[in-house]
Amino acid sequence: MAEQSTTAKVKKGLSRQTKRNLIAYSFIAPNFIGFAVFTLVPIVFAFALAFMNWDGSNPITFAGFDNFKQLGSDIFFQAALKNTIIYCVGTVPLTMIASLALAIVLNQKVIGRGIFRTLSFFPYVASLVAVTSVWKMLFHPSKGPINNILYTYFHVPMEKLPQWFTGSLVLLSMILFSVWKYMGYYMVIYLAGLQGIPSDLYEAASLDGAGTWDKFRYITWPQLRSTTFFVVVMLTINCFKVYDIAIMLAGGGSGELTTSATVLVYYIYQKAFMEWKLGYSSAVAMVLFVLVFIVTMIQFRGQKKYSDQ
Amino acid sequence: MKSLKKRALVRNIIIYTILILIALCMLIPFLWMFSAAIKNDREVFQIQPFVFIPENAKWSNYMTIWTKIPFAKFVENTVFLTIVVTLLQLLTSSFAAYSFAKLEFKHRQGLFFAYIATIAMPWQVYMVPQFIMMRKFGLNDKLLAIICLQAFSAFGVFMMKQFYEAIPDELCEAARVDGMSEYKIYASIMLPLSKPALSTLTIFTFVNTWNDYLGPLIYLKSEEKKTIQLGLKMFISQYSSDYGLIMAGSMISLIPVIVVFLIFQQYFVEGVASTGLKG
Repeated sequence: MAEQSTTAKVKKGLSRQTKRNLIAYSFIAPNFIGFAVFTLVPIVFAFALAFMNWDGSNPITFAGFDNFKQLGSDIFFQAALKNTIIYCVGTVPLTMIASLALAIVLNQKVIGRGIFRTLSFFPYVASLVAVTSVWKMLFHPSKGPINNILYTYFHVPMEKLPQWFTGSLVLLSMILFSVWKYMGYYMVIYLAGLQGIPSDLYEAASLDGAGTWDKFRYITWPQLRSTTFFVVVMLTINCFKVYDIAIMLAGGGSGELTTSATVLVYYIYQKAFMEWKLGYSSAVAMVLFVLVFIVTMIQFRGQKKYSDQ
Repeated sequence: MKSLKKRALVRNIIIYTILILIALCMLIPFLWMFSAAIKNDREVFQIQPFVFIPENAKWSNYMTIWTKIPFAKFVENTVFLTIVVTLLQLLTSSFAAYSFAKLEFKHRQGLFFAYIATIAMPWQVYMVPQFIMMRKFGLNDKLLAIICLQAFSAFGVFMMKQFYEAIPDELCEAARVDGMSEYKIYASIMLPLSKPALSTLTIFTFVNTWNDYLGPLIYLKSEEKKTIQLGLKMFISQYSSDYGLIMAGSMISLIPVIVVFLIFQQYFVEGVASTGLKG
């Protein structure tokens, strides 16, 4: 209605405001059209699909909550959910501690600081396929140098050497690998946080005779609270999305995962692209969405809290 | 005084020990990769004694990989995808971001909200319906699918908008008074000013597209469409015991990213750091 009144007012040509709108839209259009078609529409579609049954070619049928009910008794789904959560619980604190420690060390006046910083980014930018294949060599159960050292120097008997990529150790391998790959990234975030701490806080503490640990405990750690919060949130969200690390470290010849290594995203992939149960796959995707959504909500609330202070 | 000096020494020893240990952890996999890429099957796992560069180094591995699999085709596809996606991403996001940051128009809030709302939505949640749609468009097994998938991210628009908002509005106002069109202002004022943000976006997009695995895995089925990552993975499952060749292929796949990273390093670090500060 508002549009009608403006068009009525300006008879000749386009009004200035319309013209400005059009110019603004012309800037947005190239990105927005691509974004709307390839992101927004599929998202809406994903929510709808979770309540449907579809194999991609036959007619879609309505399923209501059937897909979700089925999840409750699906052992493979529960394994995927459990593994994803264990992986998160292991990876998040370890990466946080490692990256914080590295940041604190690199925040000192040390020789070659820049080189160390560059080096710690290498794992992050390196492609997964390449670095996981080295990792699989280093941790090779019978021939790898790690087990070789365990055997030769620590006298671990042959049959007790850890099988890094099968059974119960798979998740541990995934966690260790993730810490190695991502600590450099979070280190940089921590480094920025550390540089924001006023140096007179430390000077005052030194005058009071505070030791290194006290300074960390009473200055660094509390001052870094919002950084830590952000790091933990980002890490958690990224952990929920884990897929390729599992496939590359533990996947069989055709990329299949056993119950001990399966993760949520793999299960979404498997149900959709191997079994063509698109509705069921979307129901699993909704579980992933809810997990990420909860963490995002926590982040929003936390952000408010920290910006109010 | 003496004890203070002693304490500083102890402190330094601890710090450098930690640093060297960490640096070794970071580097050993890469050194191992380099070394294994020029070894034969017998030497490849040998650590007693460990030889970094064997006497008869098999540099030929770096040649053989190109003939065993269509590695050149994979490289070509990856380079093509990475360049097109990065360019499109830079162009369309800076374009849209200019509008969101500097122009007043109807539905600005609403349109921008669409971007924000999806930024926390993992791609993995909607990758399946996205694939179904792309297949409908006839994009299955086409490189174009990966371009559509990667080129229009909310992240790019978001980042560029943040940057543009920090540029004073007066600059644009003055140009408008001089009769410059919005397109001209974007091209001759904003774009040159946004080099740091564009560099950050370049490196992020480059690294992501070059290393992407799941996207190409879903879309690119035929061998001549595969990217380096898919090709390498295929090679690994076919020749799982040809360690020398696998490592040589891995080395080749790393070089471009490492080079781009070293060039844009500063922007990369700044980009990561600022995401942390803004939250």
